[in-house]
Amino acid sequence: MNKINTILRKEWAEVFKNRMVLFTVAFMPLLFTALPLIILYSMRGTSLADASNEIPQQITGFCPNNLSGGECMQVYLVSNFMLMFMMMPLVIPVTIAAYSIVGEKTTRSLEPLLATPITTFELLAGKSLAAAIPGIVATLIGFVIFAIGAAIMVSNPLLLAALLDARWLIAVGVAGPLMAFASTLLCLMVSARVNDPRVAEQISMVVIVPLLGLFFGQLSGFIVLNRQVILILSAGLAAADAALAYFAVRIFQREVILTRWK
Amino acid sequence: MIHTEALTKKFAATLAVSQLNLHVNEGEVFGFLGPNGAGKTTTVRMLTSLIAPTEGQAVVNGFTVGKQDTEIRRTVGILTETPGMYDNLSAEYNLMIYAQLYEVKDPKAQVEKYLRMLGLWDRRFDEAGSFSKGMKQKLAIARALLHEPRLLFLDEPTAGLDPEASKLVRDFIEELRKEGRTIFLCTHNLDEADRLCDRIGVFKSRLLVVDTPAKLRTQLFGRKVVFHLRAAAEALAEAVRALPFAREVKIIDNKLLVTLDQPEEQNPQVIRCLVNAGADVQFVGELRHSLEDVYLQLVKNA
Repeated sequence: MNKINTILRKEWAEVFKNRMVLFTVAFMPLLFTALPLIILYSMRGTSLADASNEIPQQITGFCPNNLSGGECMQVYLVSNFMLMFMMMPLVIPVTIAAYSIVGEKTTRSLEPLLATPITTFELLAGKSLAAAIPGIVATLIGFVIFAIGAAIMVSNPLLLAALLDARWLIAVGVAGPLMAFASTLLCLMVSARVNDPRVAEQISMVVIVPLLGLFFGQLSGFIVLNRQVILILSAGLAAADAALAYFAVRIFQREVILTRWK
Repeated sequence: MIHTEALTKKFAATLAVSQLNLHVNEGEVFGFLGPNGAGKTTTVRMLTSLIAPTEGQAVVNGFTVGKQDTEIRRTVGILTETPGMYDNLSAEYNLMIYAQLYEVKDPKAQVEKYLRMLGLWDRRFDEAGSFSKGMKQKLAIARALLHEPRLLFLDEPTAGLDPEASKLVRDFIEELRKEGRTIFLCTHNLDEADRLCDRIGVFKSRLLVVDTPAKLRTQLFGRKVVFHLRAAAEALAEAVRALPFAREVKIIDNKLLVTLDQPEEQNPQVIRCLVNAGADVQFVGELRHSLEDVYLQLVKNA
């Protein structure tokens, strides 16, 4: 555990000395927190009660029956940002994790590190926590700011309850961190196999594709991200994380990494 | 300390290390010489459990390579070919990381001890990236010593350093030797190997020869003694050739170059012979072949 902690603190000390990395960690949460709040602010007082029968089924499906059409629209629009909040912990770690191993290769610091009695699990655990935690924390902070902002702007308690229901908590508190670890482990695997940090980052961005699928699925009405779907998604992610952790340790072959790197 | 039997490493079709049989004793400074690409670094990596041998076995500090790798890593120190420091972290923090990874009991004290010993204490808060090559190398040596290993692998410790920095590093290795540590020294610097090493192994994918520098010279070139005469003549050379122990006698200007097995015993007899033959012996000296001559001869023959 001490060695994991040592690696974690070392990674953060290195990463956060770079202000651009700090900016990339902070920028997306700020943006994705501001956008739904702007939507809520701009739709304040909107009443489309009379037009509710013109609102498509996939939108009204998001709302309890006692909300007006306009309020239902607000819930729908803001609900789409739930995926953005799930995307944040997925995307933020990519920059850190993708550079993690290949960066050590380029600076030639990997060999002395591997010559210590650290195990592969400890090394990867330290590096994945270092990459995942900033994304998770930034997302949670963003969500808290959003919740406070929504509570200030929304006067109807039913609307507020619909906006901040259990789905959000599961999405941000469970699915988000699980996504962060899935993304981190995948990026570490890529980082260990390539010799160029740019290649690592480009390949690692592939992790965003499944989530984009979900996003467009919800937009087009094919998928409704209700509590059940998010729980199933979380269970799937937990299983994927376990499998990825297993494979990350298995494919991290010290010898191959050291001898193929020139 | 180190014992290998038929240690072999293949990378696909390339045979990097072939059938290495080696024994390095405790407290010894063992020089591992060889041209670029000879397999020196591969050997060090095998002995420090960074890569696995293809065949054969090695025991390091009493632990078997491939079976007790973590124990080996815990008990040896390694200075890799490049320092590989975290350039944007301070010198002190660089060492703290490794002190913690090596589970050093009092990391702060140990880091301070080596920073002071290597003259880096005043620069401890500076980023390692701002250090000169020599300072980085010293920092890397400190890193290799934090957990007080009795066995150290030094891969080209003075490569790329200016003469002053090289001397500092060499002096420090000398200090480590005095402390009784075993040092496995890979180097291209033959003068360094000559000065520091108790024994030398010349390596080019396989071990060509192992011995003390002095014995290597003798084995390859014999011991040559130069007798400076007022006037050398063929008759004098003939007189010396008549001595049963004189292996080779040559005249070069006014010098007689005689190859002998035991100059300490045989020189007086040669001098007597020369004086009896009418020569005026001005002075006598042993011709020392440099280790470079030995090395080049061995590698050429390999």
